[in-house]
Amino acid sequence: MNVLWMQSGGCGGCTMSLLCADAPDFAAQFSAAGLSWLWHPSLSPQSGAEVIRLLERIDAGEQPLDILCVEGAVLRGPNRTGRFHLLAGTQVPMMDWLTRLARRARHVVAVGSCAAWGGISATGANLTQACGLQYEDTRPGGLLGPDFTSASGLPVVNVAGCPTHPGWVMDTLMALALDQLHRIDLDELGRPRFYADQLVHHGCTRNEFYEFKASAEKPSDLGCMMEHMGCKGTQAHADCNTRLWNGEGSCTRGGFACISCTEPGFQDPGHAYHQTPKLAGIPIGLPTDMPKAWFVALASLSKSATPRRVRENATSDHPTVAPTIRRTGLRRPSE
Amino acid sequence: MSPSPPPPAAAPDSPAGRRVIVGPFNRVEGDLEVRLTVAQGMVAAAEVNATMFRGFESMLVGRHPMDALTIVPRICGICSVSQSIAAARALADAAGIAPPPNGQRMHNLMIACENLADHLTHFYLFFMPDFARACYAHRPWHAEARKRYAALAEPEPGARSVAATAARARWFELMGLMGGRWPHTGSLVPSGSTRAVTASERLRLWAKLREMRGFLESHTFGAPLETVAALSDATALLAWADGDARRAQSDLALWLEIAQDLTLERLGRGAKQLMSYGAFAAPSGFGFSSGLFDLATQAVTPIPLSAITEDARSAWFDSATGPLHPSVGSTVPAPDKPGAYTWNKAPRLDGQVLEVGALARQAVDGHPLARALLQDGPATVFSRVVARLLETARILPLMERWVGALELGAPFAKPLPTFGRAHGVGLAEAARGALGHWLSIEDGRISHYQIIAPTSWNFSPRDSQGSPGALESALVGTPVDERASDDAHVAVQHVVRSFDPCMVCTVH
Repeated sequence: MNVLWMQSGGCGGCTMSLLCADAPDFAAQFSAAGLSWLWHPSLSPQSGAEVIRLLERIDAGEQPLDILCVEGAVLRGPNRTGRFHLLAGTQVPMMDWLTRLARRARHVVAVGSCAAWGGISATGANLTQACGLQYEDTRPGGLLGPDFTSASGLPVVNVAGCPTHPGWVMDTLMALALDQLHRIDLDELGRPRFYADQLVHHGCTRNEFYEFKASAEKPSDLGCMMEHMGCKGTQAHADCNTRLWNGEGSCTRGGFACISCTEPGFQDPGHAYHQTPKLAGIPIGLPTDMPKAWFVALASLSKSATPRRVRENATSDHPTVAPTIRRTGLRRPSE
Repeated sequence: MSPSPPPPAAAPDSPAGRRVIVGPFNRVEGDLEVRLTVAQGMVAAAEVNATMFRGFESMLVGRHPMDALTIVPRICGICSVSQSIAAARALADAAGIAPPPNGQRMHNLMIACENLADHLTHFYLFFMPDFARACYAHRPWHAEARKRYAALAEPEPGARSVAATAARARWFELMGLMGGRWPHTGSLVPSGSTRAVTASERLRLWAKLREMRGFLESHTFGAPLETVAALSDATALLAWADGDARRAQSDLALWLEIAQDLTLERLGRGAKQLMSYGAFAAPSGFGFSSGLFDLATQAVTPIPLSAITEDARSAWFDSATGPLHPSVGSTVPAPDKPGAYTWNKAPRLDGQVLEVGALARQAVDGHPLARALLQDGPATVFSRVVARLLETARILPLMERWVGALELGAPFAKPLPTFGRAHGVGLAEAARGALGHWLSIEDGRISHYQIIAPTSWNFSPRDSQGSPGALESALVGTPVDERASDDAHVAVQHVVRSFDPCMVCTVH
């Protein structure tokens, strides 16, 4: 399957992240799955007129297009003219190019939260009238409309994240190429369920601190960041702590809060990103699927049962108390 | 399709010629259009159009100051950490704090990691594939260039491009450890690093540095980094390239052969002054020092920061107030403004056009090779690319030193400050040059934020005096073969890419 990759209102970070794919030969992994590039702005030799001719041939139906990947938000401003991004060399708004190309594509993939929902590009007053391909924040619609399906019958596949994990993009493209991504494989927001049906909390190295509500209080503390530091890992849909970033990383392993960047509207949480909003001392955003009364009861119980090791390490930047050494096997009768 | 009426472009300020529009440019970060006036087979005048507006400065106003650390890295997927560092420094300046020594070392390690990776990305993925183009098929080095550097999206990508991509991905595992991920980390805060490093992690960092040293010494240079860093002038450089380095299949040596064959030392002549804010802050001074290098005097002077202005005369922004210092500047879109042709303002220092980037950093820092390359004239395609690779050879040993200096057990961060009413300036060096953030805070909220990105300087439009920006001038005289079709503008592409532009930063 051929892939055309277009960039608009974004930072290019999803492409930069994709190049961090865990592969000794990125290009070979791509082609081994039966994927080939029609054009990618960072990776292709073609420039200028060659590219415009390619886009025109796709638009005219002369060049088949299997997968259209869009990175970056659709900039509809000012006043819905799209003039905040005219594709270079064409004097035509990128939003018009994207509408035309999406109509011809077998599959349409929104790479990153900007292309999916608008993302950070739409934050605050949204001066540029940024939106996603099929969503405007949580509202279905966006550039292509709520009822859009591509030639394959799928809606826009929303590989949300800011940026996207290289594995999410590679797995999505490979699954499309191998006909292994169908509507049932997408969640209700159009995200591939292979990564969106999990929580960032799963596999978090701070889970023992979470169990005892032993919380970090300042940057570099090892404790759980849910209570004070704004962490949304218990609510955010992604596999960041089981499919690690850049070798052994994730946001929580890097010592900063998960801001739930795969979620529509994450850019405007209504509070400072690094602080947990609370009501009567209790965090407003409780873990997904957990009844509030039980959470409060368990939290107060576990806080009172916190071992000294966990309590002290939570507010240190390196473990100061090591686990006690004890035999874990059964005692022999003679002992 | 419903094309909007094209906004009127500024009239060329040179004798009439054929108008040629080049775009979309690829293998630059973001979208770019260059409008050329071509006469007698060469560029007579150029206008650089940054084709997008994103509005980050206005997004930041009204937010909690710490929100900047989540928002500004997302200006750019390739200079993400550089943006974070500039914001962290501006906030630290506003709060009157500084990171502890370990925090400073982590800041330096992270931005150095990004700078080095960006130099690799530029050389192997963005710049060199142009020499694998069919228009060079008759040159003696072309077959080898194709074998090594054919673009990654080609059916048979170049072996060195593939190897560099793998080395880069492994290199970024440093970021996974130190900053959780790249791009868009949140680990860089004004009071230090949210990530401390343990003894075994420090060993792993050291091992990753050795791994990259291995790649650079076996592929990029074919020589120890110290040998490259010790080259003191063009003669020594070319003699080295012709001998040991060529035998070792050095990429730098092959590029020098290509550059000499195509006389790239005559192409893309830059500005009269080069500026670096100083890279890698140290307790006293910088790893690469700060200053303004003047070609005429060959001397470095301190930067009069108060003399920086942004001139929106040729940009689709309100410019009624005339050029303004970024501490009081504004970015209000005016998409119908007559005479405007880009979404980038024109930064000037004391009204002068500057060039920024690796060559500026190395010249300001006084490296003999960089100085020698600027002795007889301005920056060129040749010297910009040499300086980037020279800097690559110099960055890694600095990182080895900082990793060794991390003090285990000593703090990596202090508690976060509180923000009342304050102003702050944060300066940093992204791979492609000087990056500045100017902010004000009132009642604990950001009330003003202005950013001048490196490519804002290099790719600036004409200012109120009519002076073209650095690239606009550098393109004048570039040959354009009007008989050729698709590769007609390959020399133009070399000039543009030699600046390692980042358009997404430019159009913040």
